[in-house]
Order: sequence, then C-alpha cells, then structure tokens
Amino acid sequence: MDLIFEGIWKALVLLVTLDPEVFQITLLSLQVSGTATFISLFLGVSGGTLVALTEFPGRKLVVSLVNTGMGLPPVVVGLFVTIFLWRNGPLGFLGILYTPAAMIAAQAIIATPIVMGISLAAIQALPKNLRLQILALGATRLQMVWILVKEAKLPLLAGVMAGFGGVISEVGASIMVGGNIKGYSRVLTTATVMETSRGNFDVAIALGIILLLLAYLINLALTHIQQRERPR
Amino acid sequence: MNGAGHILEGRNLQVVRGGNQVLDIRALRVDEGEILSLIGPNGAGKSTLLHTLAGLVGLDRGELFFRGERVSSGSSAFPYRRKLSMVFQEPLLFDTTVYENVASGLKIRGESRAEIQRRVAENLERFGIDSLRHRSARKISGGEAQRVALARALAIGPEILFLDEPFSSLDLPTRESLIEDLEWILRQTGTTAVFATHDRMEALRLSDRLAVMNEGRILQIGPPPEVMNQPVDEFVASFVGVETILVGRVVKKDGGSFVADIMGQEVEAVGEMKLGESVVFCIRPENVTLAVLPFKGAMSARNVFTGRITKVVPLGLYYKVQLYCGFPLIAYVTRHSLENLSLEEGKEVVASFKATSIHVIKKGKPFEISP
Repeated sequence: MDLIFEGIWKALVLLVTLDPEVFQITLLSLQVSGTATFISLFLGVSGGTLVALTEFPGRKLVVSLVNTGMGLPPVVVGLFVTIFLWRNGPLGFLGILYTPAAMIAAQAIIATPIVMGISLAAIQALPKNLRLQILALGATRLQMVWILVKEAKLPLLAGVMAGFGGVISEVGASIMVGGNIKGYSRVLTTATVMETSRGNFDVAIALGIILLLLAYLINLALTHIQQRERPR
Repeated sequence: MNGAGHILEGRNLQVVRGGNQVLDIRALRVDEGEILSLIGPNGAGKSTLLHTLAGLVGLDRGELFFRGERVSSGSSAFPYRRKLSMVFQEPLLFDTTVYENVASGLKIRGESRAEIQRRVAENLERFGIDSLRHRSARKISGGEAQRVALARALAIGPEILFLDEPFSSLDLPTRESLIEDLEWILRQTGTTAVFATHDRMEALRLSDRLAVMNEGRILQIGPPPEVMNQPVDEFVASFVGVETILVGRVVKKDGGSFVADIMGQEVEAVGEMKLGESVVFCIRPENVTLAVLPFKGAMSARNVFTGRITKVVPLGLYYKVQLYCGFPLIAYVTRHSLENLSLEEGKEVVASFKATSIHVIKKGKPFEISP
C-alpha cells in the first residue's frame, strides 16, 4: 500500500511543481492528438455529412465500414502506418517514421472514422423533413448543407470529442510509429508504459492522473451536450 | 393557355417511388389568391403533391408552370423555391432564438439588416409572438412553435404558401385560434395557399376550393358546398361526411323522379335514370328527420320508413343515431331532440328524408331486369 500512497504523493508534487519533463510530455500529447483530431474534424464531418445526405449504391456497405472503423485497433493502424513509412515503404521517402508527424498521421487515421461515424448519425438523426424545410425557405444546396451542419453542431462536437478521447488515450500506434523518443516523440501514454515497466510508479501515476483528468473533462462536456434537447 | 388568374399549374404530374405510382394528377390549377385544400386519408398523396408543387421533389413525368413559366425539376427549381414558402406538420425550428428563426428565410436571401428587422417585427406581431422574440426555440410550447414556423414562412413574403397539415399535432383550442389568425393573415395579404389536411372541418373552414385525394389521384375538386353535397363517388362521399351510402337499382321512373329498390325497400329520388340502372344514394345525416310513433300529421318528405334504433353515439354537439329500417340509415339529432323524443337503443321510430335531399351517383352499366 505504501507504494501507492507514496506514488500518489510524489505524483502530486510533480504536478504542482510543473515538472518540466511531465509538462513537456503533456504538451506534446495535446499537440499531437489535437492536430490529429483537427484533421479528422474536416475529413470526418464532411465525409459523414456527404454519406448522410446522398443516396448511392453500396451506401450501406460504406456505413458499415465506417462503423467498423470506429473500433479500429490502434496497433493495426500502427502496423500499417509503420509499413507505409518504412524506409522502403510506399511513403518511405517522406522520412517521417519515429516523428510526431507520423503519430499525427496514425492518430488521424484512428480518429477520422470515429468522427465520421458520429457525424453521419448526427446528420441522419435530424428530422426527416428539415432538409425540405430548409430548401423551402429558399436555400441553395450549399446553404442547406451548412444549415444542417449547424443544426447538428452539438452532436458533431460530441463526435470530435470522442475522436480526441480515442487518440489521446491510445498507446499502440503512438509507440510503434513515434518510437517514444525522450523529449521528441514521448507522449502521456507511451511515457506511462515506459515508466511503469521501469518501476517509476510516481511518474507513471502523475501521467495517469493527467490522462484521467482529460478523460473526465471530455466526458463532462459530452454529458452536458447529450442532455440538451432539440427544438420542436 | 396559362391565362390570367392561374398562379400555378400542374400537368400530368407523376411520381413513382419504389415501383409504386404515388402521384398521378392529370391537371391541377391554383388560382391567384385562393386557398385550395387537399383532403384525403393518410397516404393519399397529399404531402407528395405539396412537395412536388413546391419543387422540392423531382417529377418522374409531367410539367409544372408558375405564372405561365415552366418550373424545372430538382435542384434547378431554385429560382422558383425563392418565391414560395412551406410549413410542415412539425414546426422544424432551428436551434436558436424565435427572432433568428423568423429571420432565417430572409438571411438565406441575403436581405439587408434593416429589412430583416422590419419584416421579422411585422410577422412576430401578426402571429402574436412578439413577446417570445428572445426565447430559445427549445423553450416554447407546440402551439407557439407552429406560430413561429408560420411567421418564418410568411416573413419572406411568399407568392404562394404550402401548408402540410400544420395544425394536426395541436390541441383543439390552440388549433382554433391559430386557424383563425392564419385565415385572417392570408386573406389580408392575399396570399395564395395550398393546404393539406385530413380534417375536413379544417378544410371546409379555410378553403375556397376543396380537392379530395386518394391513392395519389384527385377524385374531385370544387367549391366546398359542391363537393360536400354532390360527391362524385362513394369514397368522396364517405370522406366528406355522408354517413349513409346505399346501392340500389332503378325499378320505376316517372318524369324527373325515380324509385330505386334498396335492400327490398322502395326509395324515391330525383333524376333522369334508366330502368334497371344501378345507382348509389348518398344521404347526409343532417337531412334525415326522426319522429316517434304514433306518427301524426302529414309529412312533406316522400321517403318515410319505420325502423328501430340500433345505436346512439354522442358526438359532442350532437348525437349520431344509427337505425335499421330495411336498410341502415344514420341521422344526426340535437341533444334537445334526443331528450324530447327519448331516443334510445331498441326504440321504434319513423325516419324520413326528402327525395331532393338524396345525392344520386350513377353507377353506369345498366343491367337487365329479369322478367
């Protein structure tokens, strides 16, 4: 038990004193996952809206693929991104394996289906006649899509947050394509894995608390959004 | 062809969905400034027709003309869509304030700020929702929400307004006050409106002309009294409130009147018919008079039958009395008559109706009377 209490105590000290290494790791985590989420926001929201609003053959297949993609195992993504970025791989010329850029790419691949799946559901959950109502108010097709996205903004935001929550907490892809290089590509999750394996529980607990705190904040906001009602 | 007076004209409008023909309208004209009601049961094609007329749904065949100019189908109907408005059964408000909702059509058109303010204020005032202007659309009642939807639709000053059962989810008092306000506003602004409903009382109250629809077709169109009193077939008759619909065969004729055999009873009606011709009699319940036995005094009506009451159903302001006098017959009576005549189930009564009050539908196809 002492191990735990001592660990928590030291962790709090690290957090309160803004330990430079912990601080740097947290910042990089937010940068990498934030950028990846931002990319997935564009791809996911536009892709989800497009699929939600158009009819085409094979649409059901696309929807089921997107939904499957929402549970994409990060290690599988890590594996394929590594292969693609490998020196002799198709994108090897970029030379970005074991860099934060590779981590951003892998995390964007993980987050995009999450954001896209939730966007698709959010746009489809709008009242069936809302599209016709907007057109009947004299909107162009583009204006209609924009108004629909605005109407679904809260569930869309929920999708983006779920995407962020998914990537900030994943470890498999980040460690595979980022390499957990100290001061360069080390993020909260990869650092936690390493410190734990070394027996540095205090640092691991401090990192764990930060992750938990982030997860809590995201879910707080999500709950708040989900409790709101739609207008009549 | 597209003379003055017609604002909208549809020719041979056809829509097919999933292999089913959901709309098949030979010709339809909407006159400038009129209120045209579309009535019919759920699934009759009222909404599809409205969506088609509003250019929101593509046509599989047919043409639509607005003020004599052809409206192209699908997304190129855009210039036409800027001239109309539509209100649905659900208010479909945007997740913002009442003010912004009413302003939305104007903002879509890129109107100036001053113009938006002026028109929104005018329409909030008209529909009595000025006090709600800063409220969130999420925090208002169903009736208020439908008022906002109507204000939003009229704020753009539409040349034609389409209403798809806008009152059907509202309670009766809310509906009453809203219909009254809407009718006044439409008449005052001279706005042309096409109004779909499954409630014939609503339609009778609002419309200049009434169209009865079923299975994607318009069965009859005309001024309300005409459709009510002279339905073209049994479906229209039952839909406009004819309670008694009887099928019979002409057995005697005499000048302008004839007698038909209805389930063994002889019923007299007015019209030129051939012997043996099959006819349908439509008898409106308000045209049937009931009396109790012993029957005294002369009766001006030719059709007098003795029968027994099978059921009395209260309908609010009046009672529906079902009786059997050789054929089923339905009469409406007031509470006063019900009590005076002490009408109840099983009682024997005398029912009468004038030959002239029967609306006769020819079934055509006369068949031989066996010798």
